[in-house]
Amino acid sequence: MSELIELENISLKAADMVEDGRVHKALYSDPAIFEEELDKVFNNTWVFIGHESEVPEVGSFKTSFVGRHPVILSRDRKMNTHVLLNRCRHRGATVCEGRKGKTKAFTCPYHGWGYALDGGLRGLPKPEEYEGVIDKSELPLESLRHESYQGLVFATFKDDIEPLEDFLGGAKKWIDLFVKQGGGFPLKVLGEHRFNFPGNWKIQLENTTDAYHFPIVHKSFVSSLDDATADIFDFLDGEGFVEDLGHGHSVMVMIPDLIDLEADLDQPIPARFEELAQALRDEGQDEDQVKRLVRAAHGTGFNLNLFPNVSCSMAFFRVLRPVTVNETEIQHVAIGGEGAPAVFNQKRMRLHEHFQGPMGFGTPDDGEAWERVQKGSMAGKDGWILVNRGMENLHTSPDGNVAGAVCSETGMRGAYQKYKQMMAAGEEK
Amino acid sequence: MSINTDLVNKVTAFIWHEADLLDHKEYQDWLSLWNDSGLYIVPTDNNETDYEATLNLALDDKDMRRMRVARLESGESVSAGAASATVRMMSRVRVLEESTDQVVVRCAMTLNELRHGKLVTYPADMEYILTPTDDSYRIQRKVVKLMHADGFLRTVSFIF
Repeated sequence: MSELIELENISLKAADMVEDGRVHKALYSDPAIFEEELDKVFNNTWVFIGHESEVPEVGSFKTSFVGRHPVILSRDRKMNTHVLLNRCRHRGATVCEGRKGKTKAFTCPYHGWGYALDGGLRGLPKPEEYEGVIDKSELPLESLRHESYQGLVFATFKDDIEPLEDFLGGAKKWIDLFVKQGGGFPLKVLGEHRFNFPGNWKIQLENTTDAYHFPIVHKSFVSSLDDATADIFDFLDGEGFVEDLGHGHSVMVMIPDLIDLEADLDQPIPARFEELAQALRDEGQDEDQVKRLVRAAHGTGFNLNLFPNVSCSMAFFRVLRPVTVNETEIQHVAIGGEGAPAVFNQKRMRLHEHFQGPMGFGTPDDGEAWERVQKGSMAGKDGWILVNRGMENLHTSPDGNVAGAVCSETGMRGAYQKYKQMMAAGEEK
Repeated sequence: MSINTDLVNKVTAFIWHEADLLDHKEYQDWLSLWNDSGLYIVPTDNNETDYEATLNLALDDKDMRRMRVARLESGESVSAGAASATVRMMSRVRVLEESTDQVVVRCAMTLNELRHGKLVTYPADMEYILTPTDDSYRIQRKVVKLMHADGFLRTVSFIF
């Protein structure tokens, strides 16, 4: 590997700046590369936009983004979901504002064009001047292809892309395990935290498969835990692993005992969940159900990273959105069980508040580290980001994937190789 | 309409005292202002009223307040160590309810934070439930309704 890219002598090509064990810092800071990423990555793959439980009823909607494009996830009168570009076909105003809600239709505020929940153009004021000019059936809100797996909804601008299930591939097994934290109830979004940081989206992408930072950055969080729980989070020397699942996806297993939340239900109730267990007993849940719910309340012992914008991260969804080359918006989406006992969902929310979000005991320290990485990326004309940790200590997982130790950078390397492949598209000459 | 200015002065003096403690990071003294059963709440949705049943940015009982302060004072938190200085202005104080047991107060806050050399501003509607003591008050509930609670916030390593 060369030590330096001769910046003066080559055009900056993102794909050339990803090597096996390192990536160039220009990938965090170059505005032209950022624009290219929106086109070649975010407009060109399956992008997570939400969970079906966020649009539970006829008329439910949530707003989201595919890369830079504002979209609406809606549910129509037949309970079908749609992903619609949030843009009136007349003069282009957004037709839906707010995070989520319920509506009968999407009406443009500018001239009153009205669209049905499936995006169809239903009516517009004073139609006579359009006679012979437009045909309403040809001007619905533009619809994106979307598919879902276990309630996770993804949308894409690439109409001929592979089916979502093929794209998820080896990640599906882990999504199946992840949704078990509903405690036997369907997974349900309970709320979300939103924050941004002045840094590139890939800094966040890397973080959810970075166990190495945990005891350093999150020391103050671990100190706030009881001893038994702190032991669980002391996982760097444990039996955890990182597995490259292909397509840029990876799983980082930190706590192997918590891979399958429906196994090992006979374990004793940990002290920090005793109050929850008693509350469940007090409302008449039998002991089997108490143990099942308490185990589900932990969340899973792994982070499943799905390239490019979502992580099923232990007990929540972490969703990223690239805003500019040095600004990224992040949602920490809290989840529980639909129809699960209220005390169970409340405990899940309290645990979420403890670590996650802009006021959690974990996130602000992550944010500080990421902000420093972005600042550091401006230092010097040249510089590399190392992602080579554990490269010489790999093994093959039972599923036949490349795997490394829990604090290896195997997942980052997988994501960057997928990134390299996508960014190289159109440059084969 | 008559305004009980003595009462407004008294609760304002208390709120200013609390604000000064927080800006100067005198967190142990701040902890002592609370009733044990008190709750410090920063909602994600300012229209919510059932905070236990919804996700908040913070919903701190006594233990969580103690741990939040411990985290900020520990020297273990890199973001708290980045020493965000804050200056907050408390104003527009109005007493909504008064009884022998409690005073419900609403006021406005503008908190300015210096963070990595940049000013960040947090406007908020504040709601206090204060319980009278012999010579002052204790906090039973403090709800911080950030104007942009619904938006994308910067991370927070201080106490509102």
